[in-house]
Order: sequence, then C-alpha cells, then structure tokens
Amino acid sequence: MRITCPFCGERELGEFTYLGDAKPQRPVADAGEEAVYDYVYLRDNVAGVMSEHWYHSGGCRAWLKVTRNTLTHEISAVEPAAGAGAAKVGA
Amino acid sequence: MAADQANRLASGGLIDRSASLNFRFDGKSFSGFKGDTLASALVANGVKLVGRSFKYHRPRGILTAGSEEPNALVELRSGARREPNTKATTAELYDGLEAASQNRWPSLNFDVMAVNQLFAPIFVAGFYYKTFMWPAKFWEAIYEPAIRRAAGLGRAAQVSDPDHYDKAWAHCDVVIAGSGPAGLAAALAAGRSGARVILCEEDFVPGGRLLADGGTIDGLPASEWVARTLAELAAMPDVRIMTRTTLFGVYDGGTYGAIERVNDHLPMPPEHQVRQRLWRIVAKRCVVAAGAIERPIVFAGNDTPGVMMASAMRSYISRYAATPAKRIALFTNNEDGWRTAETAIAAGLQVAAVIDARPDVSPAHRSLASKGGFPVLHGSVVGVNGGKNGVRKISVSLTGGARAEVEADGLAVSGGWNPAVGLTSYHRGRPKWRDDIAAFVPDGAPPGMVAAGAANGAFGLGACLREGFEAGAAAARDAGRSGNVGSMPVADDEAFSLTPLWHVAGKGKAFVDQQHDVTASDVELAQREGFESVEHLKRYTTLGMATDQGKTSNVAGLAIMAAVSGKSIPETGTTIYRPPYVPVAIGAFAGHHRDENFHATRLTPSHHWAAEQGAVFVDTGLWKRAQWYPRPGEKDWLESVTREVNAVRSGVGFCDVSTLGKIDVHGPDAGAFLDRVYINAFSSLPVGKARYGLMLREDGIVYDDGTTSRLAEDHYFLTTTTAKAGLVMQHLEFCRQVLFPELDVQLTSVSDQWAQFSIAGPKTRDLLREIVDPAEDLSNEGFPFMGAREVALRGGLKARLFRISFSGEMAFEISVPARYGEAMARNLMIAGKPFGVTPYGTEALGVMRVEKGHVAGPELNGTTTAGDLGLGKMMSTKKDFIGRVMAGREALVAPDRQVVVGIKPVDKARRLRSGAHIIPKGETPGPDNDRGYVTSVCFSPVLDQWIGLGLVERGRERIGEIVHAHDPLRGEDYDVELCNPVFYDPDGGRQRG
Repeated sequence: MRITCPFCGERELGEFTYLGDAKPQRPVADAGEEAVYDYVYLRDNVAGVMSEHWYHSGGCRAWLKVTRNTLTHEISAVEPAAGAGAAKVGA
Repeated sequence: MAADQANRLASGGLIDRSASLNFRFDGKSFSGFKGDTLASALVANGVKLVGRSFKYHRPRGILTAGSEEPNALVELRSGARREPNTKATTAELYDGLEAASQNRWPSLNFDVMAVNQLFAPIFVAGFYYKTFMWPAKFWEAIYEPAIRRAAGLGRAAQVSDPDHYDKAWAHCDVVIAGSGPAGLAAALAAGRSGARVILCEEDFVPGGRLLADGGTIDGLPASEWVARTLAELAAMPDVRIMTRTTLFGVYDGGTYGAIERVNDHLPMPPEHQVRQRLWRIVAKRCVVAAGAIERPIVFAGNDTPGVMMASAMRSYISRYAATPAKRIALFTNNEDGWRTAETAIAAGLQVAAVIDARPDVSPAHRSLASKGGFPVLHGSVVGVNGGKNGVRKISVSLTGGARAEVEADGLAVSGGWNPAVGLTSYHRGRPKWRDDIAAFVPDGAPPGMVAAGAANGAFGLGACLREGFEAGAAAARDAGRSGNVGSMPVADDEAFSLTPLWHVAGKGKAFVDQQHDVTASDVELAQREGFESVEHLKRYTTLGMATDQGKTSNVAGLAIMAAVSGKSIPETGTTIYRPPYVPVAIGAFAGHHRDENFHATRLTPSHHWAAEQGAVFVDTGLWKRAQWYPRPGEKDWLESVTREVNAVRSGVGFCDVSTLGKIDVHGPDAGAFLDRVYINAFSSLPVGKARYGLMLREDGIVYDDGTTSRLAEDHYFLTTTTAKAGLVMQHLEFCRQVLFPELDVQLTSVSDQWAQFSIAGPKTRDLLREIVDPAEDLSNEGFPFMGAREVALRGGLKARLFRISFSGEMAFEISVPARYGEAMARNLMIAGKPFGVTPYGTEALGVMRVEKGHVAGPELNGTTTAGDLGLGKMMSTKKDFIGRVMAGREALVAPDRQVVVGIKPVDKARRLRSGAHIIPKGETPGPDNDRGYVTSVCFSPVLDQWIGLGLVERGRERIGEIVHAHDPLRGEDYDVELCNPVFYDPDGGRQRG
C-alpha cells in the first residue's frame, strides 16, 4: 500500500503507523461518562470506505486523515490533521 | 572421468560446447555445457530417474522444462548451502555442481519405502487423518515423526545459511513479467514511448518459448528478432531487463515483489556479493506476459520416467540439443502438440506414433506422418508399461474400442495450455473460463495490471506480439509517456484446434498432482465423501498444495471433479490464488535483517567508554545498556551490583540514562498542553523546576511517567521511559495535531540530541563542582531538590542540570549535547577519582529504585491505574486530561484492586522471585484465591535481604500481614510479609539534603 503524505509525497506503507477510525470526536470535558465510553470503545467496522488516522512515523510525523476502502485498500483522499505541519509557525 | 553425453545431439541448441562443465548427481560424475540446466544436462546424459515421489515413493523423471516442475526436485549443493526441493529444470548448471535426489533410502535405484506402493490402496486421500486419529497422544509422539520420516520432500541444511541476501526497491512506469514474444513486444512499445521499463524474466536467457519453438517475426528467424529486439532495448537508457528474476507477487498500490537469483548459477556467491535479492518494484502499470503452462492429460502410469510434457521435450531437443528419448510417442489433444513430432523428426529422432484424441488431423500433419513413417492413432493412452528405467510400451485405446500398443522410450503429452493466471488473480480476481480454448484466462486483475499474449489466452505467435505491443503502448500512455511506438512486430498465427481431454480411465494409478501424489481416484473419492467444493478438494487431497502450487495439476483436478460431480468446469471454479508464484527463500525476505542486524542497535553516548570498562550489556528494546561493571575477583553479577549500590549510597556513582525519551515542548500553550496530557498540573510549575508527571491512556490506565522540567515560560523539557519513548512522542503528536489543534505548541524529539547522566550519592555535589563552572551555585538553597536549569560547565559548554533522584540519594541528572557524552563519562571518572566515583549499570539502578519503592515497567504494565501505583492523589480535579473520565469508572476505583505494596520474605535468607503469586496464608493455592503477584525484586544491600514490590489486592491496607508466596513455575512456596514499598529512607531526607 502507498500513501501520499501531503507534506512528503507518495510513500510506502512501512513509513506509516495505523491508529484507526477517524470519525469519533473526543467529547468535551463535561460530556459525561457515556459519551467518553462511546468515544473510547465503540468503533464502526466498515466494509468499504472509511476515514482513518495514520501517523507518518517514518517521515514528517504528521497525523493524517486517510480515506481508504477497507475492501480494496484503495485510498481516495489524504488530508493532514487539523494541527499537522508547521502551520502555526509565523501565523 | 565424467560420463559422456550420449543423448546430446551433434549440433544445435543454445549451449556453449566450448565450455564443458562437470557436475555430480547422487555421487556420480557427469558433464554438461554452459547454457544447460541441471535437468537438460541429466537428459543429455541419459538419466531418466531423478527422484522418488512424496507418498508412494514411485520412481519419477523430469516432466517439464520450467518452474512448473513437480517431480525433478533435488537437494542442490551440500553442507550449509544444501538447498532442498530445488527444481532441476530451473537450476543453471555450473562447474562442480552437486545435487542429490530426494525421498529415497538407501538409494534412488533401491528405495525401501517403495514398498508403500504395495499398500497404495490404503494410502488414499485423507488416509493420515482417518487412520492416525486415535489415541490422540500418539500423534505427536509416534505417528507424526514416523510419517515425516517416510514422507516429505528434501532435507533442510540444519545449519545457518552462510550467504547474504539483499532487499532493494525499484520504481518504474511499466513492469513486465516475462520476456517471450508478448513481453518483448510490450517492452519495445513501452520503451519507445519513453517509459521507464523493468522487464523481469525468470529464465537466464530472454526469449521465452521462442528459445525452443522459434518461428518467423518481421521476416526474421525468431532468434534474430530476439537479438535485434534486445539490442534495441539495451540502447534505451530507461529500460532494464532483469534475467533470473521472477515477478512473484502483486501488492496494494502497484507494488510488485520479484526475486532475483543473483548468484544461484555459481557454486557460491563471489566475495561481498549476495546470493539473491528481493525486489519491491513500484510501477504505475504492469503487463503480465508470463505465458502459459502446458497441461498434462491424466492416464494410468502418466508418472513413469520418460513421460514428459510435449513442449518440454521440444525445449530439451531444440534449446539444449539433448534428447529425452530415441523413439518418441506423442499423445496430444491439440494442434500445438504436433510441433514435438516435427521437432523430433527435424532432430533425426524416431517418432513411434502420434496418438491424437481429436477426431481429425490436418492434412499437413498426415503428410508429416507418412513422410516420417509413423502411424497416427486416433484415441487415447490408457497405460504405460515401464518403470524406473523409463517407458517401454504404451497402451492405446483407439476410437471405436480397439487396442493398440506402441513401443517407445519416451512419451510426449500435450493436453493444451493453461494461461499463467497467478499474478492476475492475487487480488482475489477469479479467472474466467473460455470454452473456445478450454482454459481459464485472467479476469479481475489488480488495478493497473493487464495480461497479454499466452498469459491472456492468445496462443498464436502473431497474437502474442500484437497483444504485447498494444498492452505495452497502452501501459506507457497510462503512465504519461507518449513517444512514438514505431511499428509493431508481425508474425503469423498458428492454427488452433483442441478437443478437451483431462482424464483417460484405465487400470493403475493415474496422477493428477505428481508432487503430492494425488491421483484421479483421490479426486473421485473426495467427491464421494462430500469434499466437492474445490477449496475442500484441495485441502482434503492436498491437490496443488506442494511447492509447485499445482501449476500442472490444478485445472486437471477440478476438471475431473467437474466431470464426477456433473458440473461444468466454470461452475466448479478455481481455488483462490495466492503469492508467491514460485517459492521464495525466507532468507530473501529477511535480507540483511538477521543475527545482530535483525533490528537496529542503538548505542548510548558513553557506550564505547563503558565497553572499555568491561561493562556487561543488556538489550533494552533497541538499546544496549551497561548492566553492571564487573571488577576482577568478583564472583558473580550480584557481587558487582551490590558493590555499585553501596558505592552510590556511601559516596558517588553515575549512570548513563540517555535512553530515556526526551521531548522539547515549546510554545505559549505548552503548559496548557501538558495539563491535558498529564494527570497533574504543569502550567503551575515555576520556571527552573522539575516535576514528576504521570500520563494515562484515554481508557484510564497508566500509560507512561517521567519528570518534566520548565526551562522557560514557553519551554518545557519532558522525559519518558526508555520503552515508550517513540510511542509517547506519537501519542503527544496525536494530542497536539488531532485532539487539541487550537493550542499553540510544538514538539521536538531530542532523545538522540542529549546525553544524560544520573550522578547520585552523598558526594555528588563534590564531584559536580569539579565539572560545573564554579560560578554556578549548587548549594541546597541555590539548587534545591527538583530544581532544573541550564548551567555552564568548566570550559564553557552549556549543560542542563536537574536535581532529581531515582536512587533516593542526593542526586543530579546532567544533560550535555550527545557528542560530548563519552567525554562526560571520562571526565566524571577523572574528576570523581578523589571521591571514589563508581560507574553503575541498570541493575544497580533497579536495586535502588526498588529500595525506594519507585514504580517502573513491571508496575506500569498496562493494567494499573494511578491509584494502584499509590499515585492517585496526583490526579488533578481542577482540569480535564486524557483518561480522566474513564479512570473514574467503578471497576478502576474499586477498593479491592491489586495495588503496589512492598514484599519481603519472612525468612531473611530466602530469595524472592518475580512472578510468585500471593495467596492468603493457610489456603491451598489456586486461581480462586490468587490475590496478586510479585512484580519486581532485588537483593537490597541496605537491608541485607531480598525485597520486592508486588501488586496485591487491598495491599496498602494489609501492611504487616504475612501471606504465602506460591511459585509453581520454580516449585517454590514460602511466606512473605507485606510492607511499605519504600524500604529505604522513607521520609526522603537523603535526596533533599
């Protein structure tokens, strides 16, 4: 599998570390135990297109949001995480 | 003196008769020529018997001339380089080659296990499963070892492989598998377009079937066209032709696996060269021009030495000028098989008869028969009379029912051709059946891959060239290359006519899978017993599961299954195809990653100095760390470690702790960020101070710990444990980039940038004053406990100094740029000499941390909470942090959790062991009354006894209680006392002093 890092270009799978489903959002501080429980434990197991977190561990250390078809391994989009890169430097 | 090559034709062949090569097979000397394979050299020397079969130990000869060979497997080379199951048909001959037949004892000609043939009726499919089921414990002890001795293929070398293997990457526009007419035409078109092309050919000579079958292309003899084409390709700077290289797999995103047998054609690789190289080729497009495999027809005795695929027989005669037989019979169901008769006649051999299963034979072939003086028999071969010395007589059932017998010493068989559908099917693409050629052709190939020529079911030479050329041109176009492709090579297509024939019923064993000894009746039995699905058929009979992966047997097997189950072949379907296409040595996948290079080795900055000191090193993750520094006269590790601990506690010692993960945290929101990732507050930490921090996972379990110092308003220096250094960095980057992108903070891993030493003991300040600039105030007031700041060293170098203590003594940690690490160790030794400075290793470090009750890896084990570690009070209630909510779950705050407590044996002389279980006193040990276990132990020089830490249910409430330690692993049972985990200096006066 090859992933096109928005900062480094197309790179081989071995440079990346997989985390998992990128859909769950960390609840706000007072969201309650149920919401955090869902966030920590409940995951969709999608047979098809899903959005995933990958880390460019062997490259620029950016966290990426990768849209991947779990059936074909086809990657249709790669976006940097909101805080990835050095966007804030000098901003 | 080597035997003569009696079966070598006087002229012809792609062999170099000026380069004679000597070799040995089963101890006997022979000779061959450069350009031979081991198989062709054996053919030239008249060797027919090359091995015994897997299950029945039947005599077997050479069936094919390529990588699909099921029978002619040998042990190649000897000693550490002995390589079992090597195909004689692809092993290139070299001078001094040594090979041995397999699966026979005591010799190939007289094999004791051939008695298995007498019991053949019971050795049917599933025999082992059915017979050796009971009693169950006999399987491992008796049945399996005995079966393994009797069956199985060759023997592994049993010693370490002395050769090197390499791994490499390549990138191109178009990768092509195969250099037959389709592959060469594809390379021409793609190369002329300007594409970057890699052409992989598993043979050592490019050309594919053109090498044996010739033909006319662009008005030239095939050999001339191949030479011209190779010259044109060689002149293209971006076209690379890799011979001895098999494209064996396709992976996601256009990545292809190829194995290059760099030096397999030599007795041993030249110095500093690798034996094989595993390629990962990244290509935008792939053209599979891997050709087709001729398929056998299954009939009784079809495994007799001397029965050979018709195309293989042509290869031996034309390419190698070696004659497998003097008087050849041909059994064919198609037009193409007749070429073997033509080749045999052209080479001056006798054709005994052609047995053609089709109703009609072309007039051209009729006239060939009359010119050659041999009969054309319409019918099928039903039996072969022969044995280990080869074919003698062939029984034929003629159309209409009459019988005939043909005397011949070789039988060429052609059942038609199966496109090599491996590569195109590796992503679960199922090949589709084409009735017109009675074969499966590729369908559902992975993205970017296309098959051309015979691999796509286009068997004619003209069609191969056309499909290859068009596929090459299209692949280059798709890859963005648009140069002029020039003119397409042109050739005529041969006539195609085939009447499907898979199996001829007859008396005696008729083999479908010769490598695994699966017969037609095994397939029929599988159907009767309900194993009708092809996947069940495969596993029940082991059809196609041998090293050849059923290249010559799978389609015949499922055709027979289709016939007996009353289904069509496409309804019966194929099993799933999986890479690799040919066996690939594990050594090639490992490459250089073996022995000491299995993983990277990280050395601490003071490593070389420590090695000079005679340190014993321990692997911790990738690191080598000094474990202790033995001195002359010390009788064991414990004596050395005890000396080191005593030296620290009474004087001063130092230890390289550079392996801790180190992260610089910068930015206006650095404090706020750390507040969210640690359970305790860091925004409130004053500049110039350090604080111990604990991180949780989001599920409330402890993740990591370490000290973090505030060096400036917007700059913290964070440390992690050695084990989690990389993971914590990843976790913090996740928090920063994904969870809290609104925070203005940056993280920089500086683990490798700083060498860090712990200097500990009551004389630490005395030593440091020799190192640090005298202007720096190191007094308790000027640099109090948990102080942290940059200092100047004597000579001006800037260092970071932290007054933190893991040992419980008055201690500092000092960081210098990593390149000064070794000099720092040497300077500490020199400056510390008057104070008796003692270097200490990780063992002494561990002893002192257990004495102090500090938790480490064995306690931070992925099951413990902050409360379990006695650190629950650190959890801030004033802020949100990772893991806060989940840490409050009922089970994680339950009063009966196993928590950290000190443990010491009641008998002070007794050794305590990690892993011992804690059982209430007086109870019989068992899982129901297991109350915890010992996590860390050490011999405490201060207390003069073994002590430890453990996780024990309600441990903190039970201090003083005597419980039972049960260690079934070591067979030990003894009483221990639960105690305060801080064994040494519980009020911490020493570290503050």
